[in-house]
Amino acid sequence: IGTGYDLSATTYSPIGRVFQIEYAQKAVENSGTAIALRCSDGVVFAVEKIIQSKMLEPDSNRRIQTLDKHIGMVAAGLVPDARQIANRARREASSYKDFYDDSIPIRILNERVSAFIQMYTLYSHIRPFGCTTIIGGVDRKGPQLYMIEPSGISWGYFGCAAGKAAQAAKTEIEKLDLKKLTCRDAVIEAAKIIYGVHDDLKDRLFDLELSWVCPHSNNEHQLVPKDLFDRAEAAAKEAQKEDSSEGSEGEDAQT
Amino acid sequence: MEFIPDARNSDLPDWLTSEHDMGTSIMAVQFKDGVVMGADTRTSTGQYISNRASDKITPLHDRIFVCRSGSAADTQAIAGYVSFYLDLHANEIGELPLVRTSAALVQQLSYNNKAHLLAAMIIAGWDPHNGGEVWEVTLGGSRVKLPWTISGSGSTYIYGFCDSTYKPDMTKEECLQFVQKALTLAMDRDGSSGGFIRTVVISKSGVEYDTLIGNKHHKFSEV
Repeated sequence: IGTGYDLSATTYSPIGRVFQIEYAQKAVENSGTAIALRCSDGVVFAVEKIIQSKMLEPDSNRRIQTLDKHIGMVAAGLVPDARQIANRARREASSYKDFYDDSIPIRILNERVSAFIQMYTLYSHIRPFGCTTIIGGVDRKGPQLYMIEPSGISWGYFGCAAGKAAQAAKTEIEKLDLKKLTCRDAVIEAAKIIYGVHDDLKDRLFDLELSWVCPHSNNEHQLVPKDLFDRAEAAAKEAQKEDSSEGSEGEDAQT
Repeated sequence: MEFIPDARNSDLPDWLTSEHDMGTSIMAVQFKDGVVMGADTRTSTGQYISNRASDKITPLHDRIFVCRSGSAADTQAIAGYVSFYLDLHANEIGELPLVRTSAALVQQLSYNNKAHLLAAMIIAGWDPHNGGEVWEVTLGGSRVKLPWTISGSGSTYIYGFCDSTYKPDMTKEECLQFVQKALTLAMDRDGSSGGFIRTVVISKSGVEYDTLIGNKHHKFSEV
């Protein structure tokens, strides 16, 4: 707790922390888990879309966004903030193409978006973005994946996760051999991870969103095709049943 | 841009009042692994040749050059801006810029300032993703990719020669011969072109500069 040093993003604490940025990171931790995997031939996105009501139309309120033909994005945290970031990223990608007659390299888009997010940590009259943004796609250098925190810091990843079950998801991701995994297989694994880390007691209703950029999608960012999606979801549910039938105990199990 | 005679200027000769104009014969040809660019070396101020040894082939980046024709000042200014932008861009992306990107930057300056500029340029070079490429940006600011192209006032006299001589998949040496012969013919007929022939050959391995002075030009006729 900041006690006085946490009221503004323009105030450091005596040991050099900026509490407002740390509080922004807390907002991310309340959101449904988002993961992304960089495979041998592309990138896969998956997100646990926690929904409030069964009346919501399944395909509305998309959490996975397309930034350019070859680049997709998913974020954990405040959804309206994520939309702002996506729109800025789209404008960056589009103006780059207009100026240089070439698609924006993913590394460059990452730098532009990171700088944009970091800018909001400099002033007291605007708050930092409350989301961790994951940007990925395929360009001339191959598949790439970047994750940007509310501070604006970003790294390139083979696999990453953000949101309430990020830690559990990371543990599962580390078990995969991403250098050898293809996107077709990764889609199944991603679905299993999302279903695996989902907390049924805390958030009953959720939708799974899956997208990819790989040779099967002509290296364009698209939602995973329905037949593969259904297979992935079925495999994930199957894996869940096996886990619970083996008698593994949930967090709130009583003896 | 032209010299309009009035009471003050009517006594002065044109070479004191005219703009520096590169009448020019320039061309560029793409071959399998790169491009050959060529130009004459005459810059005129009216009827006076203000520079008989100009260098009209200007670097935009390590492996991308531009042949300039039209107003010397305008084309130098454009080349200056574009090489500046390309330098920043190449540092940002961490690799050699695309030839198409260089041409796009020239096009944007040319088109957006078309009312104030007189510049026709040929951008050619080599990049790691597309190999050798030739792009032309015209007076109005349109940009087009071509296997070979000629431009400048002298080019009008050699369309027939070039159209009949060019064939696809020529070697580097054949392209060089083609450029040297074509420019010789253009310089022999166009009053605004002359001097000697400069050539620049660009490929992955590097850039080769050459000059071909008058007595080494191909002899088409004894007259």
